[in-house]
Amino acid sequence: MVLKSKKRVWAVLLVVVFSIGLLAGCGSSQPPAGEPAKKAVVGLAISTLNNPFFVDLRDGAKAAADASGMDLVVMDAQNDAGKQMANIEDLIQKKVSVIVVNPVDSKAIVPAIEAANKANIPVITVDRSAEGGKVVCAIASDNVAGGKMAGQYIVEKLGGKGKLVELEGLPGSSAANDRGKGFNEAVKSASGLSVVAKQPADFDRGKGMKVMENILQANPEINAVFAHNDEMALGALEAIKAANRTGMIVVGFDATADAQKAVKDGSLAATVAQQPKEMGKISIETAKKILAKESVPATIPVALELVVQK
Amino acid sequence: MLETMRRSPLLRKMGPLLGLLLLCFILAFLSDRFLTVNNLLNITRQVSLNAIIGVGMTLVILTGGIDLSVGSVVALAGSITAGLLSGGHGLAVSLAAGIGVGGVLGLINGLIITRQKVQPFIATMGMMTIARGYTLVYTDGRPITGMPEQFRFFGGGYIADIPVPVIIMALIFLAGYIMLKKTRFGRYIYAIGGNEEATRLSGINTPKVLVWVYVLCGTLAGLSGIIMASRLNSAQPTAGMGFELDAIAAVVLGGTSLSGGVGTIGGTLVGALIIGVLDNGLNLLNVSSFYQQVAKGIVILLAVMLDRKRGKGGA
Repeated sequence: MVLKSKKRVWAVLLVVVFSIGLLAGCGSSQPPAGEPAKKAVVGLAISTLNNPFFVDLRDGAKAAADASGMDLVVMDAQNDAGKQMANIEDLIQKKVSVIVVNPVDSKAIVPAIEAANKANIPVITVDRSAEGGKVVCAIASDNVAGGKMAGQYIVEKLGGKGKLVELEGLPGSSAANDRGKGFNEAVKSASGLSVVAKQPADFDRGKGMKVMENILQANPEINAVFAHNDEMALGALEAIKAANRTGMIVVGFDATADAQKAVKDGSLAATVAQQPKEMGKISIETAKKILAKESVPATIPVALELVVQK
Repeated sequence: MLETMRRSPLLRKMGPLLGLLLLCFILAFLSDRFLTVNNLLNITRQVSLNAIIGVGMTLVILTGGIDLSVGSVVALAGSITAGLLSGGHGLAVSLAAGIGVGGVLGLINGLIITRQKVQPFIATMGMMTIARGYTLVYTDGRPITGMPEQFRFFGGGYIADIPVPVIIMALIFLAGYIMLKKTRFGRYIYAIGGNEEATRLSGINTPKVLVWVYVLCGTLAGLSGIIMASRLNSAQPTAGMGFELDAIAAVVLGGTSLSGGVGTIGGTLVGALIIGVLDNGLNLLNVSSFYQQVAKGIVILLAVMLDRKRGKGGA
């Protein structure tokens, strides 16, 4: 009996040791033979991996890290700001060379960034920015260029002539400001175009519909609608359909799954897509520059892509 | 091992601690960053929230009950304290309001369970949804920020190089330990978990004891919520999601029986540390977060299976 129980102790121990060893093996890649110095390690604290956008961002970063011979440690906060703080504390304990953070929340991330500052580890933000702490470089989509892209598309489609509607995002938000700025720059270049209505609908589908209903009542002739995001564009489409109006080009922003479907079936003319893989790649390249003591700009805008019917 | 543990009370008590030490030993072997003073302080700070909630959860589980509402209470208490502070109210008032909200929600849990005879699982599940919903109402779904700088002390400060949340956790464990070991109230808690009917028949006001247990659990969850908001310097409406499960896991890993009557407060500290060490160690070893969840689940299952075996042994 005693012998049997002793055997069991060892069996359990072996299983535990083995499974932890196995798990560790899954995470760490074997360094190739003959590798001279220790590889630089970059920590990527990502908001969630339960969203294809951020999985793409991670994949872009991983590919870039592999290509430049750096190790990438990815930590997933599962959209929990508290967990993200713990993740960054662990990255600091791990003494990674650079921390790339994609914050769950721009404000709640500040104490974690300050902790990294204290440990003298450079911090880069990607996609979302931070509202405090010392950030060496902020990488995010170039919303001004995206708005311009949408505006130019409309100018082209209408042949530089027509009446436009702009559905604005949440007043004061950086996305709404930048997308609107780019759009208006593009539209101003064509003298035959005029924006007949410009109203905020707070990035919301229901509000987009309501605001569009009113605009349709007030304007018998509309040729194109630009909404600062897809949700409002899809709401506007509903309003247009309900009013039985035709011949209007609607352009959204973000390339959400719903919007891509609408582009495919032709109801939505176009949407502007962000490039998460590119963001991941640029963040690693920036980390590499920081490690090489090269100077990096405080912000890096990432190009966007227009999605139209193929 | 199970046979030996059943026969030797000392080994049974020491089982969780041995598990923790073994885990630390393995991790120290696998990662040179694990066994450093800085990292150990880091781990204790990370587990402090779960451990504080775990103390309340231990009391509840010792009576044979459960409290699923603690995660939502964390969010509501943090939001209310943060909301009052950013609205310009004093520190003392705001802290008292947050902790008080936790206590009141616990009181409601206790009254529903004892007066209305609703099972703790259902009663606290209802409270979990209500408190989460009210948090979203109160915050309008947005994080609350703009608290005065001195608020950050509770989650981010240090006293003699020791993080403040760790000190708060230590004081609460000490108080919990003394209460369970040395007071009549503590003995009543064990008695109710052992046999509620017999305890009542021997003249003890069991509903009163139960209500107090849930009040304490809610209060500690409220306190955790405040530390959490302070640590992040912002109150998140989604804070504390899944905390109830982490707390229950810590209690069970610490050797407290889910059927009540058996367990210790020290065990819960060990249980919380096992979860924290596992999280931290797997992070340091660069294990994917997806595998981390698998590993955590396996550890919890192993612990519950041990608990069941022990139950058979008539513990």
